[in-house]
Formats: sequence, C-alpha cells, structure tokens
Amino acid sequence: MTPEENNIASKITRRFGAGILKTDTSSDMLTVTAEKGIIHEVIRVLKEDKEMNFSFLTTLCGIHYPDEPLPLGVVYHLHNLEEKLRVRIKTFLTADFPHVPTVTDLFSAANWMERETFDFYGIIFDGHSNLKRILNVEYLDYFPLRKEYPLEDPTREDKDDRYFGR
Amino acid sequence: MNVKQEQYNQVIPPEGHEGPGFFATRFDKVIGLARKNSIWPLPFATSCCGIEFMATMGAHYDLARFGSERLSFSPRQADLLMVMGTIAKKMAPVVQQVYVQMAEPRWVLAVGACASSGGIFDTYSVLQGIDRVVPVDVYVPGCPPRPEQIIEGFMKIQELAGKESLRRRYSPEYKELLKSYGI
Repeated sequence: MTPEENNIASKITRRFGAGILKTDTSSDMLTVTAEKGIIHEVIRVLKEDKEMNFSFLTTLCGIHYPDEPLPLGVVYHLHNLEEKLRVRIKTFLTADFPHVPTVTDLFSAANWMERETFDFYGIIFDGHSNLKRILNVEYLDYFPLRKEYPLEDPTREDKDDRYFGR
Repeated sequence: MNVKQEQYNQVIPPEGHEGPGFFATRFDKVIGLARKNSIWPLPFATSCCGIEFMATMGAHYDLARFGSERLSFSPRQADLLMVMGTIAKKMAPVVQQVYVQMAEPRWVLAVGACASSGGIFDTYSVLQGIDRVVPVDVYVPGCPPRPEQIIEGFMKIQELAGKESLRRRYSPEYKELLKSYGI
C-alpha cells in the first residue's frame, strides 16, 4: 500500500469506523469493503472530500460468489484524475434482499451501469429512475450471470451430451 | 450451337423449339432462368462471415458473375436474404422484419455456423440459428466459410430459383410454413 493509499484508507476508516469491513490492496489497487448501509455515504465522501477528490466513476459492476454468506456484490471503481489515484469499493448483499442505494445522484454515469448490473445479477438499486433491462431481451425471465443458471441456451434441443464427453 | 455458347460462358437456353427468328419454350422456364441469373441479395452481415462475403463480392471471387452485381440494401427490392454472422436474440425480430418486408419470391441463405445453428455461441444471449425466426432455404457450413463455399451456397439458391414452380408460393404447404413462423 502506497502512502497515499494508506492515507485514504485510514481517513475512511476513521470516518466510518466499523462500517468499513476491510481495507487492503489487491491487484495493485486499494480496495475498501463497506457495509451496504453506508455505501452511498462512503462514495459521496470519496467524491466530495476536497483532499480525496475521486471525481470519476470508472466502472460499476456486479459479482456473484454463491458459497459466501453474502453472495451478491457490487463493485465500484473511482478515479482521482488529478492525483492519478484509483480506489475499488465493494459491498455485499444477501440473495433474498439484493437492494443497494443508487449512486446516480452522485454520478450520472452510474445510470446505465446500474441497469446493466440489474440486468445480469438482479441487484436492485433503490432510487434509480429507470431500472429495467438494458442489454438482454426484455422477455428474459432470469438473471443470466448468476451462477445457478447454466450458461448454455436452455432452448437448444440438438445437443446430445454423449458428443460432448459429458 | 451449345458448344460455342459454353465456350463463351453464356447461359444455356432451356429446351424448346427453335427456328429462323424464333425460339419457343415454357414460360416458367424462362422466368426461372431470368430469376436465377438476376438475384439481388440483401447482405445481413454481422460478423466474420460478413468479411468473407466482402471477399466474395470483391474482384477475386466476384459474385457479380452470377448475376448478383447489384446488392440491395433495401429489403423491398431484394430477392435473397443472406444472413452472415451471429444473430443475438435481441436482433431476431429485426431479421424477421427484414424478411417480412421482402417481396415474393424470396429466398434465405444462412451463411456460417452462427447463422445456421448459433455456432460456438451456445449461450443465453444468442439466437440458436436463424431458422427459429425465418424459413431458411440453404445453409452454408463453416466458421467462417470460405468464399468458394458461399458461392456454392449461392449456386444452390440459383438452382432452387431456376427450378421452382411459379405457383409454389401460393401452395398451402408454403402458407403453412410461414404461418408456423408467425409471418
């Protein structure tokens, strides 16, 4: 962890205390894991705090770890363009109640990314103005990147397992 | 006479009665001949098979030799829908609408593994063959097929167009087929 990253990590931890579950460096990037209740506030502080100044939302996506107690996750990447610093923020949700507050009020760029995350993982972003499918067909009745669904097209009839070594 | 024509690579006339200044043959044969040698294809190219098609239209392979000099980018004037590439499920209604907008007689050529069966993209987002939304006349295998293969498929379409009975499109079987696709 570089001194700048260390500074950001300690500042966030001091501000939010036990709400910050973990701060570490993975893949050369500071990663902050926060509880979902404070996630909006954490991102707001990272953006609006004059010293941290993470003014750019690089990406926002979902993830699914089916064996974890909190299987569904949302990952945000923020970028401080002036200091050339990046930070990754994660939060995890239960499968029964996959709700997380929207960040479209902070970053307009989050609009389509949150729709995409909803489309593929069924994570519901409370407060989003237009949360509907964006990439998949409207009539799809499941969330295709969740691990419980097979990747293969369920309507294909010509595939005989014998020909595929299964 | 036929020998000389073959020498100049001309279209061989159908059977008929010939005399000084006239030639009589069957109407459907003449129409079939005209149709098969002036097919206007509508290229619906979405991926690498489309690149092979560009080579097929280029000077080296030259699909224009088969009477298809003129591609039609409007379905209204097209005779042949050539679907080349992966069709996502979201694209399926578009393919079907293009087919519906084409005037009879119309043919469909599925070029490559993806258009024929979904190919390697056996996944939630890809249509598993365009024959799920439109009736297909000829399938060209390959991933992607070489221009020679596309030409072979095209010649099969020509064969169909030349031999087809003029009334086939009014037949109950044909109407039933379209109905099964909801067209």
